[in-house]
Amino acid sequence: MWDNISLLGIAPLLNVQLLLDGILIGAIFALAAYGLALVWGVTNVKNLAQGDFVIMGGYIAYVFSTLGFHPILALPVAAVLMFGFGWLVYRLIIAHVIGRDLFTSLLATFGLALVIQQVLNLIFGPDVQTAESGFDILFLFGGQVTLAEIKLVSLILAGTLAALIVIFMKTSRMGQAIRATAQNARAAKIMGIDTDQVYAFTFALNAAICGAAGVLISMIWVIQPFFGISYSIRSFVIVTAAGLGNLPGVIIAGLGLGAAEQFSGFVLGAEFQQATVVGLLVLVLIFRQLQMRRHRKVVA
Amino acid sequence: MTVARKRRISHAALLGHAAILVFGLVAPFVFPNYTFQIAMLWIMILFALTWDIMGGQMGYNSLGNILFFGAGMYISAVVQIGLVYDVAAYTSAFGGVKVDFTTAQYFTGIALGIVAAAIFCTLIAVIFGSMVFGLRGPYFAIGTLGVALAAGELVGGWDYVGGGGGISMPVYPGEPESRSLFFYSLCFVSAITTFGFLKWLYSGRFQTTINAIRDDEEKAEAMGIRTTRYKVVAWSIAAFFLGISGAIFGNMAGFIEPLEVAFPTVTFGIFMVVMSLLGGKGTLWGPVLGATLFHVIKEVTWTYLLGWQWVALGAIIIVNVVFFQQGILGWAQDKWPEFFGIVVDDKLSAKGAAAREAAE
Amino acid sequence: MSFMKPICAAAAMAASLSLGLAAPASAKVEGDTIILGSAISLTGKYSTNGIHAQNGYELAVKQINDAGGVMVGGKSYKFKVVYYDDESTPARGAQLAERLIKQDGVKFLLGPYSSGLTKAIAPVTEKYKIPMIEAEGASRSLFTQGYKYLFAVLSTSEQYLASAIALAAEVAEKNGKKASDVRIAMAFENDPFSLDVRAGVVDDAAKFGMQIVIDDKLPRDLSDMSATLTKVKALKPDLLVISGHSKGAATAARQLKEMRIDTPMVAMTHCEAAQVTAKFEGASEGLLCPTQWAETLSYKDGYFGTAAEYDALFKKTFEGYKSVPYQSAQASAAVLVWKDALERADSFDIGKVRDAIAATEMDTFYGKIKFSPQGNNVAKPMVLRQIQGGKYNVVAPSKWASHEAVHPRNPKY
Repeated sequence: MWDNISLLGIAPLLNVQLLLDGILIGAIFALAAYGLALVWGVTNVKNLAQGDFVIMGGYIAYVFSTLGFHPILALPVAAVLMFGFGWLVYRLIIAHVIGRDLFTSLLATFGLALVIQQVLNLIFGPDVQTAESGFDILFLFGGQVTLAEIKLVSLILAGTLAALIVIFMKTSRMGQAIRATAQNARAAKIMGIDTDQVYAFTFALNAAICGAAGVLISMIWVIQPFFGISYSIRSFVIVTAAGLGNLPGVIIAGLGLGAAEQFSGFVLGAEFQQATVVGLLVLVLIFRQLQMRRHRKVVA
Repeated sequence: MTVARKRRISHAALLGHAAILVFGLVAPFVFPNYTFQIAMLWIMILFALTWDIMGGQMGYNSLGNILFFGAGMYISAVVQIGLVYDVAAYTSAFGGVKVDFTTAQYFTGIALGIVAAAIFCTLIAVIFGSMVFGLRGPYFAIGTLGVALAAGELVGGWDYVGGGGGISMPVYPGEPESRSLFFYSLCFVSAITTFGFLKWLYSGRFQTTINAIRDDEEKAEAMGIRTTRYKVVAWSIAAFFLGISGAIFGNMAGFIEPLEVAFPTVTFGIFMVVMSLLGGKGTLWGPVLGATLFHVIKEVTWTYLLGWQWVALGAIIIVNVVFFQQGILGWAQDKWPEFFGIVVDDKLSAKGAAAREAAE
Repeated sequence: MSFMKPICAAAAMAASLSLGLAAPASAKVEGDTIILGSAISLTGKYSTNGIHAQNGYELAVKQINDAGGVMVGGKSYKFKVVYYDDESTPARGAQLAERLIKQDGVKFLLGPYSSGLTKAIAPVTEKYKIPMIEAEGASRSLFTQGYKYLFAVLSTSEQYLASAIALAAEVAEKNGKKASDVRIAMAFENDPFSLDVRAGVVDDAAKFGMQIVIDDKLPRDLSDMSATLTKVKALKPDLLVISGHSKGAATAARQLKEMRIDTPMVAMTHCEAAQVTAKFEGASEGLLCPTQWAETLSYKDGYFGTAAEYDALFKKTFEGYKSVPYQSAQASAAVLVWKDALERADSFDIGKVRDAIAATEMDTFYGKIKFSPQGNNVAKPMVLRQIQGGKYNVVAPSKWASHEAVHPRNPKY
């Protein structure tokens, strides 16, 4: 471990490499986490199938590339298909969960996650798949730092997508209705907003965001039917760290998580890369708890 | 409640107890080919019962109780091997060295292993309990899930206990028939003990108190109940019995490794929740019923639904949680309240039904 | 409460089905059929290879049955295999082995897929004294336990990358350096199989006095190894070895390319399963991939003919295979051993059959099979293939090599 840390000191460019890798992938984590925060904030449903939506998007890109199309073209298709899927899931399951206790949504979406994983496994088999972007690789600092162009492209796409969502939320009727419902569902209902429709739209929008994130993931990393859980956990880490309705916070936490994974993988060894994510989740929760405790003391 | 009715209930309960005891005792002899499956059934019942202490009776839905199962398994393994051999040398060879445990060493090891598993798991519950019990609602569920997942990953990175390579457990020194009977008895006794202990526990003040925490934690606190202490005790009880079951299961399986055998968060870890919900959480018999039904359905469908069994399981979880959360016993209590000794006041129940409708 | 109805119905169905289960179980030999049993991964993470193995079993069973079956005591018997799905989980595998032996009365077993599952099942078969011929569990720890009823037709896992280490030493000496100057970077998945392969590499490296500069264990739900590869870039080892099933190979091939890793020698397992030549054409050039079997080797037998003929028959029988995975070939070989041993034992007596298996010495399309007293096959070598021009060419050991190894590797990133 100390060898690795001193290595980072001797060759500072390694830090640049790790940071770049981490931040670029973190942008995609942030995208999925934003979807989670959206659904959580509006419908109060905690979606444990978040990561499985991401993986579904990845498989759509994979199918596209096997059909001979460029996987990046799958981005709008995955968004539309996943929007439809999200709507369906809302009607079948989530609509019956809204307003119920918090645990119900966790378990119900867990069941959903199980179904998605297994159906993907039945269709595509358990082997890892990739979608090849065919993009080139950039060399920085005289070749000491490499950067796959696809990572830059997906950073731009993720940023554009996030900007579009923000504009949509601020300007469109539906966006305003979503924000109103998030602030106060009862009041929104009284004002004539069809909250059920808003919930359905929000959930579908989240699925679409995840689908888009999945398309990007499939071109950068690898996908497999059972990899969803790690993206769900990452989304929860980011959202609990950033808080709901805090888009800048989600972005910073997402990028930070990506970088933290890379550095822990380098310093502690790859076997602790996953442990870092769950470890951070537990730490964030404990930190939140301390905050709450302080808060309670003030009240008392 | 009339005297006659009370007697009827106690008769029913007595019959139930007797039937289960007799079944447990004769099952391995009547169905010798199914000993392993029935032993698993007892473990499942123990899972559901221990989950329900927190999830059902106290309203704290843990998704990470599997932590204690895995911890118990590893603690027991380390104790059993450590008694006769250097643990690090044993595990680093990935079963490459063969250690012959004498009969005496084996049984001493397993006994000490189970005791150590129970004690240390209780300790772990006390330590982690003070960390996670400030978390409420979904944060508690996610936090416990995180702790269990982290445990699996960390054990996988810990070379002393074999890391991801796992540990081959000491080999049972007797004949296969006596081996399966031995482990069957351990599973049976641990499940029955858990049940008996919880029955005793639920007959007193303890249940009333933890139910109060479930129903309204703030008010319970206001009434002077030391909620954190009760929460830690409740979790420790679950940890105690789960640790024992982990120690037994590890030896029964013969080979343990962190992600799939010791900390199977997404299978056993979730099964315990689903089984409790299926039978009816917050009751003593609900988890028993749920575990039995779940296990039988699982064993049967696994054979006939090749490839689709997990899809079916996910669907069962969704339907169970979304449309049938009160569980079988909860439903039965609604339907025949008088059988459960619940006095039905027509006015009250009408109000309750109206409130329920409004809530939906 | 209409939603209760389906649940009641399901419960009733469950009850009736479980009664059905209790009906008389099949025996080891029914009429003129010999029942073999296998718990195999048809679902879960090993299902791809589990199904490859099942196809291998089925092809051999069909071939033997079509050629007149198995002659025992002057009578001809047909093979039939009973399968259960172990869902790729060890606990389930052990349970199913009990079920096969106790409930179904099966007396002759074929192995499951993966070392982990075999490790879980071997204690069960050993306890019941039921011989198992397995083809997919390569962990050497299976053969140190003194098991008497476990036989494996494949080479054990510590041999997987041994020839790569030997090759690295050879190359170093050719270039005027010492074998002990070779610096090795290792990335192994944190699971029983890969750790076994790692143990073999560590032993061999120690033998040559080579230095291990990186020793990373990859997480099981691995989708990124760039942190490890960043270290490789910084430390510039002479040899990089990677093992992590097909997901490890796919991730490595992609990220080697993305990070332009220029290590002169890279060896990894499961290249074929990850289809690296098709997916990462150019980038996969020069990778060294160990294999249990290759269709280009000159092995042959009287059932399938040559390795190449087996390859052709397999592709004809099962659709969708571009190349035949060695997992299928070795599974077929295990069935051949059963036939051979049963005919030599000329009896269904377990003790006699077991001794006949132990005395096996036969040539097959899969290679020579002869068991050590521990039960592993000691007659067949692992071969090392290098990807050259998009093709797998055998480069080591020299007895079987058809091509010269290219060093340093020349990937087109």
